[in-house]
Amino acid sequence: MSEQIEQALDRKYEAGFYSEIESETFESGLDESVIRRISAMKNEPEWMLEWRLKSYHAWLEMEEPDWAHVDYPKIDYQAISYYSAPKSMKDKPKSLDEVDPELLRTYEKLGIPLHEQEMLAGVAVDAVFDSVSVVTTFRDKLEEAGVIFCPISEALQKYPDLVKKYIGSVVPRTDNYFAALNSAVFTDGSFVYIPKGTRCPMELSTYFRINEMNTGQFERTLIVADEGSYVSYLEGCTAPQRDENQLHAAVVELVAMDDAQIKYSTVQNWYPGDENGKGGIYNFVTKRGVAHTNAKISWTQVETGSAVTWKYPSCVLKGDNSVGEFYSVALTRGRQQADTGTKMIHVGKNTKSTIISKGISAGNSNNAYRGLVQMGPRADGARNFTECDSLLIGDKCGAHTFPYIESRNPSAIVEHEATTSKVSDEQLFLCQQRGLDTEKAVSMIVNGFCKEVFKELPMEFAVEAGKLLEISLEGSVG
Amino acid sequence: MLSIKNLHASVEEKNIIKGLNLEVKPGEVHAIMGPNGAGKSTLGYVLSGREGYEVSDGEVSLNGKDLLELEVEERAREGLFLAFQYPVEIPGVSNMEFMKESVNAMREQRGEEPLTAAEFLKKAKEACKQVQLPLDFLKRGVNEGFSGGEKKRNEIMQMILLEPKLCILDESDSGLDVDALQVVADGVNSQRDGERSFIVVTHYQRLLDYIKPDFVHILADGKIVKSGDASLALEVEKSGYAFLGKAYEEAEA
Repeated sequence: MSEQIEQALDRKYEAGFYSEIESETFESGLDESVIRRISAMKNEPEWMLEWRLKSYHAWLEMEEPDWAHVDYPKIDYQAISYYSAPKSMKDKPKSLDEVDPELLRTYEKLGIPLHEQEMLAGVAVDAVFDSVSVVTTFRDKLEEAGVIFCPISEALQKYPDLVKKYIGSVVPRTDNYFAALNSAVFTDGSFVYIPKGTRCPMELSTYFRINEMNTGQFERTLIVADEGSYVSYLEGCTAPQRDENQLHAAVVELVAMDDAQIKYSTVQNWYPGDENGKGGIYNFVTKRGVAHTNAKISWTQVETGSAVTWKYPSCVLKGDNSVGEFYSVALTRGRQQADTGTKMIHVGKNTKSTIISKGISAGNSNNAYRGLVQMGPRADGARNFTECDSLLIGDKCGAHTFPYIESRNPSAIVEHEATTSKVSDEQLFLCQQRGLDTEKAVSMIVNGFCKEVFKELPMEFAVEAGKLLEISLEGSVG
Repeated sequence: MLSIKNLHASVEEKNIIKGLNLEVKPGEVHAIMGPNGAGKSTLGYVLSGREGYEVSDGEVSLNGKDLLELEVEERAREGLFLAFQYPVEIPGVSNMEFMKESVNAMREQRGEEPLTAAEFLKKAKEACKQVQLPLDFLKRGVNEGFSGGEKKRNEIMQMILLEPKLCILDESDSGLDVDALQVVADGVNSQRDGERSFIVVTHYQRLLDYIKPDFVHILADGKIVKSGDASLALEVEKSGYAFLGKAYEEAEA
């Protein structure tokens, strides 16, 4: 069977093309002057620059973490360019008609048409290309509802008080090495504000594209859902196929005020490197949300790309009765390495969290789930349920589970279930005997394995995720 | 329909099938009986092309095509169906999705348009009723949490939906009570149309009271050692396999 699976997993990366777009790119290297330049280009308020510089100095004192179950050569932070933007963006196009058609074509090729009439109805998109936001669609419609959805650089101009109030409030500047770096050099990302009692009328989505060589992408997303509001947000990511590794160190902060709900979904398909582990994105991301009284934060992620993934979308369940959820599918193949999971920090009473993690390993890859469930002393009646399943395809890959449970409240209940299974010869044989080829069979078995997570994705994207998995599995059967 | 000539096959380098000959014509039902370890299940796996079952000699053709040249799924699409003795579970994949893909793979082979979800559902419901499984079985994961009897009936349902040319039933009677046996047999009999052929592999004569075979073959030590009509099965029922004498002793050894 292994041979067949290997062949089936031997897929191509469809988003691996490069767009010929004239860019303004900083020379590589990082020091205070680079940070000042980024801040000046974005015409930021003084406090933002100071915040960046403080982060930078803190970062200089910090050590790169090495506890994750991943292995990669040392990153030379001076060899990275910290800013790159299409030249055509300099004059700030007022509408889509003024945007460089090559940029629009890039997104079209990725299946993200930015002309509103061609888009999926009901999804507003912020397209981030290297270090800048290219376009944000459906703004008028969102404005009618009082929803703010714009690039964070624009939010700093238009709503500086809102940004100042919440930025760093969930992921502090010095939270960790990569968060500190991001705080110093972040270039763009999305800002969302949903007013009190408002149900956001459409799905919001940010599509991140790395295009330039030797650049890092450091975006920052901040979503604030005011009391009693609801928003569903999706991010997607791709990058060209290159032999060099590229760094992506993002920070996402979610604030769900009392009775608010935030649903955050990710379909991550950064270039994973070739079968020998050459090239690919280092995806070192800090994502965290804070849920106030009766609020709910739900993370759903489908991770199929990146050479190395280091990512733990987390929930701080601060308010009583708040709810945190984490649904994850992480697929690794070739030489990919993933160390991903979540943290559920139960602070308030009767807080509830659910973790469903599905790890699929194929080829020579390594896939680790790392999760922390922490029950604080005030978290009376708190509950957690964790289910952590691993599926192995072939016999050269690894699946690892590192669950951490800390309970300082005797009334809290923590449940953990874990399984490891293989795509068996028998399952494949049954499918083939019923006329299905190996690839179809494997993708069906894997999709079945992931079903609990896929049903959490917004409908349009559940189909996409299934397809993505299918492409990712091409040639992986053995 | 099916022609097997001097078939030799091994599993993990152990010879199991040792020179087997069999001709099955359209519409015929052949029962294959034999003691444990005679190679009955192996024959089904070899014909369907399961990995690990190596053919070292002989020829097998299905409707004139060299079966041994084809992949497992190609054989299936040529109309070869194997009802498993112990069907495996595929968690999270609904029976419905699974069968729809499967039926459409067969239709594609025959140059027919794929069925729409509604068309398929209609057929699937009928098949479900025919084997007396509740309709919610269509939504459940393939064999997930099914009882032994439910799995067997589910196999027959798949057979009905796939409309194969040659059906190999691998001990579809094992572990069934009389009522379930009747359901399975009715399902099979409903598919006898004078064209479709069956190979019914069984340890006991009992099933053959319900599915009347045209021929009965006794398989021992990898070969067909005796062939006859339905009365041969009754003989086995009465006096066991002792009449096999030397061949039987070898098989048991």
